Amino acid sequence: MSGFLNGLLRFRRGSWELVASILIALGVVMLMQPWVLWAFTYSFIITLVGTVMFIIVSHFPE
Amino acid sequence: MSETAMDRIAKATPPRVARRIKGFSDRTIAWIFVAPTIFLLLAVNIFPLIWTIRLSFTNYRANRPNAELDWVGLRNYQRILNDGDIWQTMQATAHFLFWTLFFQVLIGFALAWLINRKFKGNDLWTTIIVLPMMLSPAVVGNFWTLLYQPQIGLFNNIVAYFTGADPTSFSMIGDVALAPWAIVIVDTWMWTPFVMLICLAGLRSIPDSIYEAAECDRASKWRQFWTITVPMVLPFLMLAVLFRGIENFKMFDLVVQLTGGGPGNTTTLTSIELKREAFEKWRTGYSSAYGIILFVTVFGLASIYVKALNKVKER
Repeated sequence: MSGFLNGLLRFRRGSWELVASILIALGVVMLMQPWVLWAFTYSFIITLVGTVMFIIVSHFPE
Repeated sequence: MSETAMDRIAKATPPRVARRIKGFSDRTIAWIFVAPTIFLLLAVNIFPLIWTIRLSFTNYRANRPNAELDWVGLRNYQRILNDGDIWQTMQATAHFLFWTLFFQVLIGFALAWLINRKFKGNDLWTTIIVLPMMLSPAVVGNFWTLLYQPQIGLFNNIVAYFTGADPTSFSMIGDVALAPWAIVIVDTWMWTPFVMLICLAGLRSIPDSIYEAAECDRASKWRQFWTITVPMVLPFLMLAVLFRGIENFKMFDLVVQLTGGGPGNTTTLTSIELKREAFEKWRTGYSSAYGIILFVTVFGLASIYVKALNKVKER
């Protein structure tokens, strides 16, 4: 856990890619879940933020 | 010394061209070769994408190209993301995507495992199994519509034979509960051979020496399967899932032929709804926004999937 937090603070690729991946996965689950409409409404913005973040952070150092 | 291909190319180049090229650096020559591809990529992929993003913020209708174009901001996105029908198509797509991938991986891997064992008629069985994959989706759609007929369909009669139910008592493509499974069955039947072929390539790439070493260490067959076979086939399997996942996310032709999106909206996948919005209702701006939402979703998923695939390959 501390390695992950250190990675975030030092702008390391691994930690930030994990955050972006979680956001994308969360967005896709919200888009396709059958329970609450508000989750569907906000799914796209979360997926978009995750995807843009993924593109940016994949250029961070290891 | 024998003449190389580069020497032959150098000799074949006309002197005028050769003199001109001699003045270019290697980097410039590389750019000259790559430029047509870059131009094609920009024209065919990047430009339409940017144009679609632009259209998604307008009320443009392709059947009225001369009508005044209004800038509507994020309204198209707001309407899509609050539309219950679109939400339902996303759920139908998720159901289709999850179950087709699940069955295709399970059956595809099992078939590859069986085909990989040496037995008589191995090649003949491989050819028979891959036949569905070679058929046109339109043909498969019509063919299965006939098989699913309650009165004369082979599928209903086979199910009736095993369950004792009346074959006319259920309709695979007319029943709200069964139609989503009907399309899953057909896609699984058609595309499992593709997953099987990729798994077979993975299984055949494992050297026999690894299994021989495991035998020397007295590892059981079960342990060999989980510690040698599965980890070494996993990158191949993940590639198959990536290809099938992207293909099934945009599935259109097979489902249109089979159910036309019905009954009701139960088998209306996102691509079918997108086509209706774009080319039946002619809401081009709205459908562009819908297309962008789907694009971002697939792009995001593919990004994390490729990252996971690279990690598995590095192990």
